[in-house]
Amino acid sequence: MADEVILLDFWASMFGMRVRVALAEKGVHYEYKEQDLRNKSPLLLQMNPIHKKIPVLIHNGKPICESLIIVQYIDEVWHDKSPLLASDPYQKAQARFWADYVDKKLYDTGSKLWTAKGKGEEQEAAKKDFIEVLKVLEGELGDEAYFGGQSFGFVDISLVTFSCWFPAYETFGNLSIEKECPKLMAWVKRCKEKESVSKSLADEKVVLEFLGTMRKTLGID
Amino acid sequence: MEEGVKVVGFWPSPYSQKVIWALKQKGVAYDYIEEDLSNKSQLLMKSNPVYKKIPVLLHGGKPIAESSVILEYIEETWPQNPLLPKEAYERASARFWIQFGAEKGPTFGSLFTSTAGEEQDKAAKDALEVLKILEEQGLGNNKFFGGDSINLVDLALGWLAHWFQCIEELVEIKLIEPTTLPRLHAWVENFNQVPVIHENLPDKKRLLAHMKSIREMSISAK
Repeated sequence: MADEVILLDFWASMFGMRVRVALAEKGVHYEYKEQDLRNKSPLLLQMNPIHKKIPVLIHNGKPICESLIIVQYIDEVWHDKSPLLASDPYQKAQARFWADYVDKKLYDTGSKLWTAKGKGEEQEAAKKDFIEVLKVLEGELGDEAYFGGQSFGFVDISLVTFSCWFPAYETFGNLSIEKECPKLMAWVKRCKEKESVSKSLADEKVVLEFLGTMRKTLGID
Repeated sequence: MEEGVKVVGFWPSPYSQKVIWALKQKGVAYDYIEEDLSNKSQLLMKSNPVYKKIPVLLHGGKPIAESSVILEYIEETWPQNPLLPKEAYERASARFWIQFGAEKGPTFGSLFTSTAGEEQDKAAKDALEVLKILEEQGLGNNKFFGGDSINLVDLALGWLAHWFQCIEELVEIKLIEPTTLPRLHAWVENFNQVPVIHENLPDKKRLLAHMKSIREMSISAK
């Protein structure tokens, strides 16, 4: 019997994109179901009753929630192709640590940046925190091709999906990520050469426009 | 000694306690290093430069930080007495509950530092909501989150069985009661009786005094 794989997602979500990249890496066929987050579907509420959030992977009727948990699940179930986590427990632990760091630090510092009002103290503080996080990540990357070393993996997936929000962070945060973290941008470019990544990321311009509209809605602009 | 296993911890921390429980459950011998958090050691700063926090596990000199990451490392390195299900979907479910517990920390933190009044009522209400979810959807009708025996989810939520009782005493609100949360209440009793847990809990009086002073400091800092 063929697997039935459904992804409940939102086009702009960097968390949802992680799952898209993982599924693409493994060559898994799935049905993508775009969710309206202002008017949540009965399916979403049924499949993620606790958090009511995307992404949710539904595999043969059973839901898996939380993007990094989903990516690990995908790696374990479709284990015969493109391993996303190393088999060595120590390397796995390092990968989990850094993916968790991205989760803990990047979304919130990024949010403060794109919602910061104009130029001033608030924006400067948000900028400082955001750049600090990126620099720590760039430091961890070092001179390797990917965070996993020679091969694209779990940490790369956890982080690269934020890259389509970078132009928005730069515009509203008044910074240049290329200038601050050139090695990281080189890594982004390298990742985007992979079809699994380029086909999964949202269009940067559309994200910028979307966040611009959100700023107006939130009364920031 | 298993290729030099060290745990850098802090005696009142439930985060370092979970690591100890996991190692003990697996029968892994280790050296424990008590950290003075007011004067962090070179070892801690070097082993966890990103967060500078305990717990840190050192295995053959190689450091692993973040308790949830450490627990998975312990599970993979010492597979005896498994603490995670073998099946992928059940593992994902276990990880979900571990993450849920971690994310809800601030909810209980708010209760811990609340003072009587509207703020505390809201904090208690929010905490009760989380506990209800844990009971109804996490635990269900199982004895433990791991089923018939404890697993990483029980260890990750283990602070509810001992530390939360101190919080309840300090804020003078009892939330986990046999009338309101019968299954979670039973879980607390059962968890505390598991030998590895029972023999590895910080002294209640000492913990209460420590948490009382933390609470007072937090309140005065507000």
